[in-house]
This record gives sequence, structure tokens and C-alpha cells, in this order.
Amino acid sequence: MTSDYTKTIELNGISKQYKKFKLKGCTFDVPKGRIVGFIGANGAGKTTIINAILGLIKVDSGELKIFGTDYKANQSYIRENTAVVFDEYLFPENMTPSEQDLMFSKIYKHWNSRYFNSTLQRFKIPTDQKTGQFSRGMKMILSIIIAIAQDPLLIVMDEPTTGLDIGNRSDAIDLFLEFIQDEAKTIFFSSHMINDLEQIADYIILINNGEIIFSEEKDRLLENYGILKCGKSEFENINPKDYVNYRNSSVNCDLLVSNKEKTKWQYPDFLLEDASLEDILLFYIKGEL
Amino acid sequence: MDIIISNKTSKPIYEQIIQQMKQLIMDGVLKPGEQILSMRALARELHVSVITVQKAYETLQKDGFIETISGKGSYVSDHNINFIQEEHLRKVEGHIEEAVMIAKQNGIEEEKLLKLVNLFYNND
Repeated sequence: MTSDYTKTIELNGISKQYKKFKLKGCTFDVPKGRIVGFIGANGAGKTTIINAILGLIKVDSGELKIFGTDYKANQSYIRENTAVVFDEYLFPENMTPSEQDLMFSKIYKHWNSRYFNSTLQRFKIPTDQKTGQFSRGMKMILSIIIAIAQDPLLIVMDEPTTGLDIGNRSDAIDLFLEFIQDEAKTIFFSSHMINDLEQIADYIILINNGEIIFSEEKDRLLENYGILKCGKSEFENINPKDYVNYRNSSVNCDLLVSNKEKTKWQYPDFLLEDASLEDILLFYIKGEL
Repeated sequence: MDIIISNKTSKPIYEQIIQQMKQLIMDGVLKPGEQILSMRALARELHVSVITVQKAYETLQKDGFIETISGKGSYVSDHNINFIQEEHLRKVEGHIEEAVMIAKQNGIEEEKLLKLVNLFYNND
């Protein structure tokens, strides 16, 4: 296996049909060396995509490449170099971190025992206590440390910040940014909560109803998207081509626009605000279009 | 080296980094030839995305403030004295332009304006 790929994950037209849900030809890239946030409402298809990336489900059609190769050709290489963090603590609760260290050193090919122990010490996680006694936040931090200690090229996380308090989240951010100091490493995480994890994401991919809405540099999103505020009667005069989506109330109307500068110039008399990632997501989930 | 980032202004974070790094270089806090934090290290310290810092560093490099040697890191440009002067000159020009505009709009004559400039220049 070579490391001269530039896209850690490549999805090309991935489709999957379930009884009540469908992934519709999902296409996006996750560049090497980046942190990519995958956002969408619950049930939008995030976990299905993650399961496909992890090789846990078979898709109906489309192409999936990890590290420039696929599960068929190089399953063991992909598995050895991919670590996963789920939103639940999935390790045996009756084991202590010290016992985990021993076990993982036998399971994982690149297990870094020194990193594991020094990082536990740094975050004041006791090594001789059963992990079942830990708080939820502590278990999540432990799960993240376990993932990094596998010395993977890629960490995939499904809702890693669920249930973390602000202190834990800041610790998690430190761990992720340290991991990414090596430009060969990549992080892909899904989230339905828009919180401070997004501040470290280089790219944001938005999924809605099984469809990829956009895959975009985060800074560009924040720079270009805005919310135009107007009254009900004024809404009639706005060209539908000039906004992406809108939300109505009985007294006003909010429009999501994707080109703030142009909007400023086209509609100079209206109030135009910056849009946060949370705003953008909300317009897609709750908008009228 | 202090860099203070605000998430509560509409000024993009990479622009805040550019502005403050330029200031640090112009004020001599960062010396010519001095190594600065790598892109990824600064992203880690500021808790922002790597691309954000990358964009700032690319602009700083384009404007001649820093140099990046691949595999080694980023350094404050050796030849930035001229750049610094030019940057200051541009600042001065901007202020003069504004002063002239105000003068013109309010019927203040050129002679009077020049006198004022002389007064300020020689009065320190």
C-alpha cells in the first residue's frame, strides 16, 4: 500500500435502499490531512454513510474508496488504519484502563501504549478503576484516546460530542487538533448538534433526506451564507432565484442566501445577517422549500 | 507572540490572523528570520481549523511578510523592512486621502491643509 493518495475517503454515487429510507447517489471527498464535519438531522442518513465507510454494510451501487483503495482489495489494511469512536461507550465496563491497555496491545497492530498511558494521566483518568464507574464525558474522552492510541490514519466518529460538557468538549478538541498535527491524518465526524467541534472543521458536508446537499469549505460557507430578514408583504418582491430556502412566521420571513455580497447589493434596504452553521442546517431541515 | 481571535465579529478569523501577524511583524515583536508556529500548530493553539490558518499564511506569504520552506516551517521574511515601510506608506496615504476628502467637502483650502500637515509633522 502506498500513501500517495490525496483523498482519504471518496464516495461516488453511493446508493442504498431501505424499506423507509434511501441514500440517493451520495458523492463527496474527504481530503487527507483535514477535519471534515458531516452534519444533518437525525435520520438524514449520517449513520448509514458512516457504516458504509466502515465497511459494515453493503451498498446497492456506487464506488467507495478509503486510502485510495477499497475493502475488496485491501480490507485488512483499511481496518488496521481506521479507528472508530461511536456515541456510546462500547468497551467492557468491568475493565480498567490498565487492563484495556494490555488487551488492546494484543488486538491493535500499531497500539501506542506510551501515548495511551501518558494521555490518561494528562486528562486525570484513573487507570485502575473500572471504566463503568466513569462519567459519560470521561468515557467519551477515553474512547477518543483509545482511537488515537491505535495510531490510525483515519478516525471516523459518529456523534462524538453527544453528552459532553464544555470542559470535555474542549479536551476533545485538543486531542483532535493534536492528532491532525501530522498531515497524513484525517478526521471524519458526524454531528447533529452544531457546537464548538465545528470550529475546527475544515470542511462541512450537509446531508438531508439521504441526499448530499453540499460539501464545502467551512470558512467559505460562513463567508457566503447569510439571512435576509423581511416582512410578509416584501417577500413577494424577492426573486426566488436569489435565495436558497426560506422560513415563514405570521409576522415575518427569513431567507437563506448563499451569496451575501450580491444580496447586500441587490437588496440594500433589508436587514442582512451572518448565518451560522446551525442556521444553515435549520433552513434545510425546517425550510419551506 | 499574542494572537487574539474573536468569534463575535463578522471579520473572518483568517483576516484577524493576517492583521495581527502583520502588526506583530511591523512592531518588531516578530523579528526577520524568526521561525513562527507552523500552520497546524497555530490551528491547535487557537482551536480553529487548519485551512483557516493556511489561508492566512498563504496571504502573509503572498504579501511578503513570511516565507514557508516546505518540511522546515514558516519564518518571518528577511527582507521585510521595505515591505513594512510600504505597508506604512499605504496607511499614511489612506489617512491623507480621507483628510483631503473632508477638507474638500467642507471648503478647507489646500494651503490650509498643507499648513496643518506641516504643523503636525514638525511639532513633536
